[in-house]
Amino acid sequence: MPSVVTANRLDDGIVVYLAPKAEWTEDIEKAERAETDDEVEALEAIAQKAERDRIVISVYPMPVEVKDDGTIDPISVRERIRAAHRTTLTKDWYDVPL
Amino acid sequence: MYRYDEFDHSFVRERVAEFKDQVERRLTGELTEEEFRPLRLRNGLYLQLHAYMLRIAVPYGVLSPRQLRQLAMIGRKWDRGYGHFTTRQNLQFNWVKLVDIPDVLAALAEVEMHCIQTSGNCVRNVTADPYAGAALDELEDPRPWCEVLRQWSTLHPEFNWLPRKFKIAVSGAAEDRAATAFHDIGLRIVRGPNGENGFRVLVGGGMGRTPYVGQVIREFLPKEHLLSYVESILRVYNLLGRRDNIYKARIKILVNALGIEKFREAVEADWEATHKDAIDLPDDERRRIMSYFAPPELPEQPARDEAVAARRDSDPTFANWYKQNVLPHRLPGYASAVISLKEPGRTPGDASSDAMDFVADLAERFGHDEIRANYTQNLVLPHVARADIPVLYDALLGAGLATGNNELLGDMICCPGLDYCNLANARSIPIAKEIAKRFEDPARQELIGQLRLNMSGCINACGHHHSGNIGILGVDKKGTELYQITLGGNPKDDAAIGTIIGPGFRAEKVPEVIDTIVDTYVDNRNEGESFLETWRRVGPAPFKEALYGAR
Repeated sequence: MPSVVTANRLDDGIVVYLAPKAEWTEDIEKAERAETDDEVEALEAIAQKAERDRIVISVYPMPVEVKDDGTIDPISVRERIRAAHRTTLTKDWYDVPL
Repeated sequence: MYRYDEFDHSFVRERVAEFKDQVERRLTGELTEEEFRPLRLRNGLYLQLHAYMLRIAVPYGVLSPRQLRQLAMIGRKWDRGYGHFTTRQNLQFNWVKLVDIPDVLAALAEVEMHCIQTSGNCVRNVTADPYAGAALDELEDPRPWCEVLRQWSTLHPEFNWLPRKFKIAVSGAAEDRAATAFHDIGLRIVRGPNGENGFRVLVGGGMGRTPYVGQVIREFLPKEHLLSYVESILRVYNLLGRRDNIYKARIKILVNALGIEKFREAVEADWEATHKDAIDLPDDERRRIMSYFAPPELPEQPARDEAVAARRDSDPTFANWYKQNVLPHRLPGYASAVISLKEPGRTPGDASSDAMDFVADLAERFGHDEIRANYTQNLVLPHVARADIPVLYDALLGAGLATGNNELLGDMICCPGLDYCNLANARSIPIAKEIAKRFEDPARQELIGQLRLNMSGCINACGHHHSGNIGILGVDKKGTELYQITLGGNPKDDAAIGTIIGPGFRAEKVPEVIDTIVDTYVDNRNEGESFLETWRRVGPAPFKEALYGAR
């Protein structure tokens, strides 16, 4: 199962994902995917350096599912909610179906 | 309300400057996250699911219009235009940036507010009856005592690193509207043997994974000894409370491990050995604090207003709102009005910046400049002339704030759950929205009558599910959100912890389950019986049969 590495940005706390070229993106679709344990470790090493460089905090890898149309499903309810970045202020709205 | 003196102003300003320096040192790398975390928590700043969350203390739920407008401004300028009123009468912003926190704290200090001790293992914001100073059944206003406790506990050198957090609630009324039995210390103002007021002191109540109803440690404490006695309780807890296991560290665990008699003996022994005079508040200082809470000047008003009576006859929606959300006041020409933050479809307890500004305006127009936050996540205007009620209602109606569901099923207490909280295992908000939708018809809610429905997204129980007549607890079972139902909890007098009724339910089933429970209650109740009375009379059998009988 592929994985991506996620974190929160230090200066504003927003959920981000590690993208190619050691960049960070709020869009999970742009996250770099790791297919093997070695690839996950390599992404984690990049993320931990970013943590030391005070770009992000709370780094961890998470498994994802790639759907038939190529989009990424974060699998767990928690990660789906994080990926949605949405508020619950709007009436009658919530991001992930029950 | 209390107003800062020069000492308070300079103390809070110094604290803002201190935290500004700490934030800068974190951003430049002088502080690691491990070093910074306890410092930010001491200033109410958490890292949650989506972003940083800032918890702002609303001392005993009291707000001025100026403060509420400042909160609205903060929400607009530094958050996403809304805040969340919590079950401890505080306000949380969910999307603030770390880099903006020093500016937010400075803006709060301008209106005599801060975030000190809204997190950490210290004495947290003291909570109180939201109708304090206004309620018809009040013996004495609890707010001055809350303020005394606030000043005493703020940066108290002995009690800033307790085994675990510590929560105190004070009620001065006949009815407990502050859930005092579910606090580490619950204080009830009662009449003493010689006709003077004092405190009945409860200790060791709490929710979380090990819920307990508080036990009476002292039937009557003379008021002048409040600080020395509370200090003795804290000292015994600080010395004997467990620090080896976070789940066993609250005072409730200590009280129940020792037994209330032994705990009382330890407290009384410490209290007797204490130099009370050095700790108890001097009379002139007590008078000074009391003077801030003098009741507002309320000109005499007629007890019955003909226009209100006529409107109730002609407008059933108004009549329903009036019945549920307008509460009796100590003066017959006045009332306390509940502004529900539970419009069906909305997140319980959320208020937009526009709504905050609007309520601040209403408090100035109709409410003698006073606003309260209720632990049930609503706002209250405690002093409204009855003659102003229809105009107030019309204004609220226009702003979507006239939901007449106070204390009814739709008035759910709901924690932020997995939509925001890093600790949560399951969502609360969407479940609350779906339940609200199912029970949207006000006529049905009125038929059901008063019913406390509380929901938490994890065992930490911020949504007070243990004390709900119906409690819902979200858990994670192998990656699926599952909801356990408890019945028979009660946060008021005769407090009780709900009983788990059986196996949990999947999220999409919960509204139907609540419907079944409510129907079972309605089918079984005798005339005039509350949910709790029916539950205590018939027991779990009919509810189990209705929920699981067909399995």
